[in-house]
Amino acid sequence: MPIISRGFHGRERDARHKLPPGQYETAGFPVLSAGPTPRVDLDEWEFTIRTETGDRHIWNWAELMALPSQTPTVDLHCVTKWSKFDTEWQGVSLDVLFEDVETGAEYALVHSYGDYTTNLPLEDLLDGQAWIAYRFDGEELDPEHGGPARLLVPHLYFWKSAKWVRGIQLLDEDERGFWENVGYHNYGDPWREQRYQGD
Amino acid sequence: MARAAVPRRLGGRLRWKPARLTDRRVESQVARTLVFEVPDWPGHLAGQHVDVRLTAEDGYSTQRSYSLASAADGEHVELTVQRVDDGEVSPYLTEDLAVGDVVELRGPVGGWFVWRPEQKEPILLVGGGSGLVPLMAMIRMRRAVGSRTPFRLVYSVRSPEHQLFVSELRLDDPGLDKTYLYSRSTPPQWPRPPGRFTASDLSSAGWPPDFEPTCYVCGSTGFVETAAGLLVALGHHPARIRTERFGPSQ
Amino acid sequence: MSQTPDFLDGNAAAGELQSVFGTDMTMASGRCRGCDEEMVLAQAHAYLGGPGMVLRCPGCEGVLMRLVRSPSQMWLDAGGLAYVQMPVPA
Repeated sequence: MPIISRGFHGRERDARHKLPPGQYETAGFPVLSAGPTPRVDLDEWEFTIRTETGDRHIWNWAELMALPSQTPTVDLHCVTKWSKFDTEWQGVSLDVLFEDVETGAEYALVHSYGDYTTNLPLEDLLDGQAWIAYRFDGEELDPEHGGPARLLVPHLYFWKSAKWVRGIQLLDEDERGFWENVGYHNYGDPWREQRYQGD
Repeated sequence: MARAAVPRRLGGRLRWKPARLTDRRVESQVARTLVFEVPDWPGHLAGQHVDVRLTAEDGYSTQRSYSLASAADGEHVELTVQRVDDGEVSPYLTEDLAVGDVVELRGPVGGWFVWRPEQKEPILLVGGGSGLVPLMAMIRMRRAVGSRTPFRLVYSVRSPEHQLFVSELRLDDPGLDKTYLYSRSTPPQWPRPPGRFTASDLSSAGWPPDFEPTCYVCGSTGFVETAAGLLVALGHHPARIRTERFGPSQ
Repeated sequence: MSQTPDFLDGNAAAGELQSVFGTDMTMASGRCRGCDEEMVLAQAHAYLGGPGMVLRCPGCEGVLMRLVRSPSQMWLDAGGLAYVQMPVPA
């Protein structure tokens, strides 16, 4: 049982927001990284969806920008216990990107520039639940927060919202990602507090 | 059990230990030295650090690493903490924590960024800002054991107001050469204009590479990248350069 | 694609490693399986504060070690290290 340090409160919190179990509110936007921050030139940037049969659907930056975008306002819940409310993003819904993708696969493995990966069921990327986000708070997405573009899947813990997203690989069998391989929960629902394997 | 000034060995089971604040000293506009009493403190080596854990009443908990500033001295442990304005922990430690309050410490840890009195080679200490803290522990240890090992300190700091351990470093310490470099503003009539430190600063204030000094470099990540890069470019072997980067405030 | 440094030295992981291994691991030496670079773990690049601790090779930035702790379990993947050599704890 840790000793309480009198008068220590951590960062300020807002009691109006409903927090998932075990979470604390932050007004800041902590930067957590598992590796060096890649700097990706926009003229080299590509996003690829590869199906279980090997079909590739590729967008360059200009093509992504030409797609209809949305401006979701969402809450973020990081497994390291901070939550941030009412964050404003701009990005392309994955429903748009998957429009012409023919697949029977159930699983997705998300790849980033750098060596990061994360996995989730394909259905969690669809039906207005996920975006390729390239603007945050009205500004271009900063590299330390995943720019030029990151996945945004706010209904799962934030490690699933891969920074510097480069592609999605569709799979018939589930394959674990960078954190899922070393103890983090395969699905990661913050409201069921699925932090670690076995939660 | 006798308490040795230096741990008999590094390692052993690490536990969080309660540490009670017994004194707080002003070191600069933004830095405070916190003196803790830690029962059964095993002693430590110059350059080691501790993890500090803070827990709020509602169970929220967070931890940070801080270098030990003091030479080993019984159950007293000193940390010198620089306030980071938007930080979560340093404003609490430097301002809110009151004498008598308790935090938890884990340590001492780390055997790499350490100066041992039995080392005989010349020593170059390169510190940026609050990166002086573990280097100061080495200077204090050198003094405490009466070592004659030649030390050179190159300390880069933003302005005289940010300088740490001013009066203690003003004392005469035979065999310790000190060079101060100011990046933003200098004391009056200072010969070197303010600016980032350069290879020529390091070559004139440090040791020639063929003296084979061990170089200890501590500061922000950017500072350490620059300083370690310059040392390598001057001909110091990378294996003799030990670095300790201070993290961004979280 | 360029990269910016935002890591700490392996020293910074000393507390976490020692609490797991029961001995100071920052002085343990090892070899990167990816690029054959030899180092002591204090020289590895440490990414802390995230969901787990990641140590990367100072030569190629490949992952050497990942460590995750839950309240009751610990997961360690040191598959990026071809070997680790350390003094026998006293």
